[in-house]
Amino acid sequence: MDILLALWNSIPGDIQTLLVVILKIVAIVVPIMLTVAYLTLAERKVIGYIQVRIGPNRVGPRGLLQPIADGIKLAFKEVIVPSKANRFLFLSAPLLALAPALAAWAVIPFDDGMVLADINAGLLYILALTSLSVYGIIIAGWASNSKYALLGALRSAAQVVAYEIAMGFALVVVLMAAGSLNLGDIVRAQEGSLIHWFWLPLLPMFVVYFLSGVAETNRAPFDVAEGESEIVAGFHVEYSGMAFALFFLAEYANMILIAALTAIMFLGGWLSPFQGTFLESTFAWVPGLAWLLGKMAVFLFLFLWFRATFPRYRYDQIMRLGWKVFIPLTIVWILVTGVAILGQLGPWFD
Amino acid sequence: MSIEPVLFYIFSAILVTASALVVVVRNPVFAALFLILAFFTSSAIWLLLEAEFLAIVLVLVYVGAVMVLFLFVVMMLDINLAPLREGFIRYLPVGVVVAVIVLLEMAVVVGPENFGLEQMPAPARHGADYSNTEELGSILYTVYAYPFEIAAVILLVAIVAAISLTMRRRPRVKYQNPAEQVLIRRNDRVRMVKMEAEKKENKEQ
Repeated sequence: MDILLALWNSIPGDIQTLLVVILKIVAIVVPIMLTVAYLTLAERKVIGYIQVRIGPNRVGPRGLLQPIADGIKLAFKEVIVPSKANRFLFLSAPLLALAPALAAWAVIPFDDGMVLADINAGLLYILALTSLSVYGIIIAGWASNSKYALLGALRSAAQVVAYEIAMGFALVVVLMAAGSLNLGDIVRAQEGSLIHWFWLPLLPMFVVYFLSGVAETNRAPFDVAEGESEIVAGFHVEYSGMAFALFFLAEYANMILIAALTAIMFLGGWLSPFQGTFLESTFAWVPGLAWLLGKMAVFLFLFLWFRATFPRYRYDQIMRLGWKVFIPLTIVWILVTGVAILGQLGPWFD
Repeated sequence: MSIEPVLFYIFSAILVTASALVVVVRNPVFAALFLILAFFTSSAIWLLLEAEFLAIVLVLVYVGAVMVLFLFVVMMLDINLAPLREGFIRYLPVGVVVAVIVLLEMAVVVGPENFGLEQMPAPARHGADYSNTEELGSILYTVYAYPFEIAAVILLVAIVAAISLTMRRRPRVKYQNPAEQVLIRRNDRVRMVKMEAEKKENKEQ
């Protein structure tokens, strides 16, 4: 132990900081990757039970090793680059899809002070990075040199640009209510009790934000970018092996990110739901991280539930919902929240 | 030695290269992608200047929205490059003259005599608790409130103008009204007719 400590102290200070940051990044990314793997299993199981099936149950006890088997299968498959496709862009598109989905986790607070980069403009950073995730899809669609992939990419571009505006406005309302762009401060502004959380005063924004998040991650019922019944598999038709697996990882990492953000903005992040009631001291031993993970699990289940329940939206109706319903609603709610803050409406804005 | 100058030179090199390639590359999709790279690196340089709000907004607005639409259009173009390069020699003298004039103008305006440390002192470094976003917000809504509002109104007029230019009802285009679709009743479309059961003459055949 002493030798290790001596070794650590012999490293220069800057390198020490760098090592600590890298360790923190690993501590965030590895659990996310594991969650992604088991989210795919959860999806198949949940949808299986909704459709009165059992789902995967052959690999390992109760099918628990299925994601590992899938991973090994994908890693050893051949990556095929279509002829006349642009090789460099074709192979960098999956990376461009995955990188923003992981980079956004840098500002997510898991508990009070448990955050990699506690930056002031955290909300803006999140918005900027979620708006970047569309590039992976567009570039994949164009570089594949395939008409179905290009169609999927164009659909996705139009859809993401539309829903990003609604998402941005919903977050403007959150920042008005919290008075800060820092995600930790946004959670602290919701302190009090279950009714102090922003889901109640910002209820329409809560719904708009989560549904825009579903649309932004190209999940059912907004998955026209994939649209397997019309354009085969959309932007990733031509991908196989690890390159395809990266798109898969990006989609699920984005889902987890949206779940975490919705929990932080509207359901009080790491705060206990029993705060301010007689049960508060009984549940004081539960770490904040557990509450956040529980809230995220609820939203992730909603993602799966949507997919098993709703048929795919028609394309013109997706556009109508985004531009003519969500955006006007968010603009109206900016005014409503402004008046509420001016009138110091309790218990949120006093 | 501080790491900041190293970062600055790395980002500047990428920025200059990317900007040059935007003009030079033949494929318009690559030009758009290099423009995105240029935006990204300039946002990194703004971050070095402690202007995190502008840096993130540059990525959010230009990279996240404007360039997506640019790529959207450029990808659907099927440009034949041969006719584009035809008049190169003929237009070269005019192009060179314009380029030299622009270069001279820029040299006059952004030369060292206008931006040297004698004209403006180096800005003080701020601590970690300094919020560029907050400072920018408070100065925009106090000192520059009227110019800010005027800019907003001009943008609003531009939006209205753009929409009114593109919105025209063409008579032959089929248009769906979802409200009407939802409001439709069965009786408007289907009529149930009562009919007597008919008997077949020969059951065997």
